Amino acid sequence: MRPLTDEETKTMFEKLSKYIGENIKLLIDRPDGTYCFRLHNDRVYYMSDKILKLATNISRDKLVSVGTCFGKFTKTQKFRLHTTALDFLAPYAKFKVWVKPGSEQSFLYGNHIMKSGLGRITENTAQYQGVVVFSMADVPLGFGVAAKTTQECRKVDPMSIVVFHQADIGEYIRSEDTLT
Amino acid sequence: MASCSVEDVLAKAERDEAEKLKGITVNKELDLEFDPGNLLAFDKNRIDTREFKDGKREDFLRSLARDNTQLLINEIWKLPTERVEEVIVAKLPEPTTLLPREKPAPKPKPPTKWEQFAKLKGIQKKKKTNLVWDEVHKEWKRRWGYKRAKDDTKEWLIEVPEKADPNEDQFAKKNKAKKERVARNEYNRLKNIARAQKIKVPGMGLAPTPKQSKAELAQAVNIAKISTASVGKFQDNLPKEKKPKNTGKRRKFQPLIGDFSSEKQKQLDLLKVMDSKKPRLDITKAVNKQMREEDMEARQKNKKDFGKKGQRGKMSGKGKGKAGGKGKGQGPKGKGRKPQMKQGKR
Repeated sequence: MRPLTDEETKTMFEKLSKYIGENIKLLIDRPDGTYCFRLHNDRVYYMSDKILKLATNISRDKLVSVGTCFGKFTKTQKFRLHTTALDFLAPYAKFKVWVKPGSEQSFLYGNHIMKSGLGRITENTAQYQGVVVFSMADVPLGFGVAAKTTQECRKVDPMSIVVFHQADIGEYIRSEDTLT
Repeated sequence: MASCSVEDVLAKAERDEAEKLKGITVNKELDLEFDPGNLLAFDKNRIDTREFKDGKREDFLRSLARDNTQLLINEIWKLPTERVEEVIVAKLPEPTTLLPREKPAPKPKPPTKWEQFAKLKGIQKKKKTNLVWDEVHKEWKRRWGYKRAKDDTKEWLIEVPEKADPNEDQFAKKNKAKKERVARNEYNRLKNIARAQKIKVPGMGLAPTPKQSKAELAQAVNIAKISTASVGKFQDNLPKEKKPKNTGKRRKFQPLIGDFSSEKQKQLDLLKVMDSKKPRLDITKAVNKQMREEDMEARQKNKKDFGKKGQRGKMSGKGKGKAGGKGKGQGPKGKGRKPQMKQGKR
């Protein structure tokens, strides 16, 4: 386990800001305790300092996971966001997409969201903007990338993809083994 | 008169004869020292200064040289002779005089690595016989070199060891190993010479070898790049040149449980820098807004043509569009509001 280097922190913040914008400050600077990011086995974990101090008692090879895993760094130092970060990012999301109940299942299986399944979308969503996907009951379902701007979404035909799937809570069951 | 001249002639002939005879025998006070090997004769006789006066000098020197040369030649005649192509040749013995050195004496060479080690450990050089009995060929062969006794590379049968790959060529492997040993020996010999003459040898990978691999070339390029006064800081990169990985320095990380507040501060500063770098006018947003406004206007036009239905809805839509205003387009929309998207519009 080690703290992130400057480049790694920058890459990660860039990725997070795609979804939550300036609200990263709220993750770093919390009123209810000091939370920090730590790197272990190429994965970034978000934890409070109390948990961190407890985790130092476990040896590196035996340590599996600490706190919540936000994502991991690939071989070429690119940051990939995981579903497990959803709980922290959903309340601060800047651009949201609501999915109709019919296509919820499809999204949870890992498919992209089509225009026909789109319930609502925040205004001014740019193309390829990071979005958080919600159900109509405001339950966070996962992450995505907007394939079209809000404007274009109005104009396209119902069978075209509007949101690319990135991560969803169905992964908790589908890829149980790879999540930490 | 004639008898006088005859007498004169005879007298002259007699004198000449005497001269000739005189030639062979030379009387000297001290005998000369001879070194026939160098054709050298030392004359240690004193020289009479009276005979060295002007006028007589030339004659004296000439007669001295003639006498000494005669003695030397007498000495040469004493040596054993042989006939070579109708010429009588005397065999000269070894020279006895020591000549001084032409060049300065060589300095002792510094000991090689092995010699140093042997001295340290007290290993003595063991005399080995040149020839070894080869049982296989049933003859004496030299210990090393051409047609040596136990030649590793000349085996006609090699057993494949258990752990080896069955497709591996064992003969090629042996040959390759031999070549590597030879190359290493040569390299060490050159290093010994370089050490003796205090020549600086470039490190691994920098000495020019006939065929350099891609990695060696890359290493040489990288080392050349940082071999400037400012350690390569102002060297331009080629268009697609990548920075070298693994520059050899071990990475240093922050301590695991460092100062949390300073960490927080650093991250916040980083965020501030990132924010300042983002452009204030987002081009795509501006374009989108433009498109939206155009859309609204188009709808307005359509509505006017269609009739009065939904005009109120249209008015509110127009109001919203206008309120969209300046800045990043957040304005009155804010966060909490649930902006709507009209589905049915086609």
